[in-house]
Amino acid sequence: MTTLQTVFATAKAENRAALVGYLPAGFPSKEGAVTAAAALVEAGCDVIEIGLPYSDPLMDGPTIQDAVHRSLVNGTRIADVLRTVEGVAATGAATLVMTYWNPIDRYGAERFARDLAGAGGVGTITPDLTPEESEPWRAASAAAGIDTVFLVAPSSTEARIKAVVDCCTGFVYAASLMGVTGARETVNVAAEDLVKRTRAHTALPVCVGLGVGTGKQAAEVAGYADGVIVGSAFIRRMLDAPDEAAGRESIGVLAREMAAGVRSRA
Amino acid sequence: MANDGTILTAADLAGNGAYGNDPDVHGKFGIFGGRYVPEALIPALDEVAAVYEKAKNDAEFLREFDHLLRTYAGRPTTLTEVPRFAEHAGGARIILKREDLTHTGAHKINNVLGQALLTKRLGKKRVIAETGAGQHGVATATAAALLGLECVIYMGQVDCERQALNVARMKLLGATVVPVTNGSQTLKDAINEAFRDWVTNVDTTHYLFGTIAGPHPFPEIVRDFARIIGVEARRQMLELTGRLPDAIAACVGGGSNAIGIFHAFIGDESVQLHGYEAAGHGLESGEHALTLTAGSVGVLHGSRTYVLQDEEGQTIESHSISAGLDYPGVGPEHAWLKDSGRAVYHGVTDDAAMAAFSLLARTEGIIPAIESSHALAGALELGRELGPEATILVNLSGRGDKDMGTAMKYFNL
Repeated sequence: MTTLQTVFATAKAENRAALVGYLPAGFPSKEGAVTAAAALVEAGCDVIEIGLPYSDPLMDGPTIQDAVHRSLVNGTRIADVLRTVEGVAATGAATLVMTYWNPIDRYGAERFARDLAGAGGVGTITPDLTPEESEPWRAASAAAGIDTVFLVAPSSTEARIKAVVDCCTGFVYAASLMGVTGARETVNVAAEDLVKRTRAHTALPVCVGLGVGTGKQAAEVAGYADGVIVGSAFIRRMLDAPDEAAGRESIGVLAREMAAGVRSRA
Repeated sequence: MANDGTILTAADLAGNGAYGNDPDVHGKFGIFGGRYVPEALIPALDEVAAVYEKAKNDAEFLREFDHLLRTYAGRPTTLTEVPRFAEHAGGARIILKREDLTHTGAHKINNVLGQALLTKRLGKKRVIAETGAGQHGVATATAAALLGLECVIYMGQVDCERQALNVARMKLLGATVVPVTNGSQTLKDAINEAFRDWVTNVDTTHYLFGTIAGPHPFPEIVRDFARIIGVEARRQMLELTGRLPDAIAACVGGGSNAIGIFHAFIGDESVQLHGYEAAGHGLESGEHALTLTAGSVGVLHGSRTYVLQDEEGQTIESHSISAGLDYPGVGPEHAWLKDSGRAVYHGVTDDAAMAAFSLLARTEGIIPAIESSHALAGALELGRELGPEATILVNLSGRGDKDMGTAMKYFNL
C-alpha cells in the first residue's frame, strides 16, 4: 500500500507536484469506475479519490451531480465503494474516499474507518465536516491508521486555516475558489495566496482543487502547490464519451497531459 | 404590548435565555444543530451570527423591525375562536392564531422582514432563498421589493408546477425564480441549489433561510424572528380566556411556525406542545414526511437533526400534499424538544388534512393553508382526547388561496 507520505516525498524528490484524480464509485458502472481509475493511474495519477455518492451533494457542480446521480440510480452502496477502493488500491495508487459526512455518520465512524483501512484505503476527504464536529472522525481514523483531509477556502481567516490544518493528516485540500466543483476557464488567483497562507500554519503538503481542467492549468498550480486535484474535467469527458472504453481512453489522454503539467512547473 | 406601545422588546425577540432553550456557542441544541458545511461558508455564517448578535440588542434595529411588523406585516394578528369547527372536536374550545391574516398570507413574513433588515446591516445587496410551497419565496420577494434588494428564489420544478400562482407572484414582485430540476425537484433540492449559489456569491449575497433548519446561526435567528407569534398569542390568550391554553397545535415541516408559537410557552409546564407532521399517504405507504415521528438522527443541510434516510445515510424523498411540509429534515430545536419530551409530534395524513381544510372553510368561513390544515386535523383529535373542558390554541400559519389548484383537484370542485 502506498501512503500519502510516500507519494508526496517521491513527488518532492522529483521536483514536481503530485497529481490527484477524482472519480465517483459506481460511475460509469461499478466495474467501470475501477477500470477508469486504473486508466488514470496508468496515465500518471499518484493519488485517486473515490467519491462516495450522496443524495444531496451541496458543494458539487452540475458535472459531478450528474455522475453521482447516475451512480445512485445504478444502485451504488457503501459496500461497492469499498470494493472500488480495494480495486483501485491494487493498482498501487494511494486511494482515498471523498464523502459528505452523513453516510459515514450513519454507517458508524469506527466501522467505516476500519472497513476503509481494510479495503486498502489510506484516508478520507470530508468537505462538510468542520473542525468543531470532526473529533469523533479523527479519533476513529487515527485508530484505524488512515489520514483525515479537510478543506481550507479563500474565505478562511487565519484562525480558521489553523483550526483546519490542525485536524489534517496526509495533506491539506485548498479549494481554489469560492464555489462548487467544476472545471473553469482559469484557475482562480486566490489559490496561490491561499496556499501561501496555509503553509504558514503547517508543514503538511497542500493540494489545490476546484476548477483545474487542462495540462496548462496543472502546470500553473504545480508552480506553487504540492498537488493538483482534478475531478470534473475527467468526469465531463466520461459523460461525453459514447461508451466506457472511449471514456477511459479520453481521460487517459487528459491525465497524461496533466501528468506532464505537474512535471513542468510553470 | 410593551409599555412604550411597541409590540416587541429585546426579550421578546431572543427570549434571552429565559426559557433555557438556547443553543450553545456552536449552535448545538443538546446533540442537535451545529454546522456541517463547506469551510468556505464558515466566515459568512460567523458574520451573520455576529451581526445578528449585535442587532438583537440594538434598540434601533428592534424599532425598525417592530415598525415593519406593525405597519407592513399587519401585526399583531388576532385570535379567532372557532366554536362551530370545535363541535367536531368533542366540544373543546379551539382558538386560532391568525397568521393567515398577515401580509403575503403566511407567518413567513415575520422571519423575512427580520432577515431583510439584517441583510442591510450585512451591507449586502442581493438575497437568495429556497421555497417549497412558495410562501417563503413570496415573502422574501416582497421584503426584497420593499427594501430594494435583488432577489433570486430557488424552487423545485415539481413545486413550481403545484404552486404556479406563487411563482407568478414572485415574478410580479421582481424576483427571479429558478426552477430546480435535479434530485426530487422539491424543497430539499432547492436548498442544495441555494447553498451552491451562496458559496459562489457569498461576498454580495445573504442566504435568507426560510426555516429553523440549516447550519448555525439560522435555526436560532429564524426562531427569534418567528417568536413574535407565541409572544403575542400568550398575551392574547390571557386577555381572552384569563388563562393559558391546555395545548398548542402547529404543523411541522422545517418547523418555523411551530417553534414560533411554541417558544414563548416552553417554560409553561402546564401547556402541552403538539407538532403535526405530514403523514402523506400514511406511514406504511412510505410516502410521507414523518421526519420526527419516523426518521432517524443524521445530518442534512448543515445540521444534525432527525432525517428521513436509508440505512446508508442517503436522504429518502418525502411526500406530502402540502409543498410546505414536504421536507425530509426538520429544525434541530424540534429534534431536541422531541428527545427531551417537552413537545410531542404526530402524523396527519393528506386525507385528514384535507378534511380539516374543508371543515374549517364550511364551519367558519376561513380557508386555511393545507400546511396549517394538518394542525387543525391534529386539534380535532386532541380535542376529543382532552375533553370539552380543554382549550386548544392552533397556529393557523397561512391562508389557503395558494392551494386552490390542489383543492380543485382533490375535491373535484
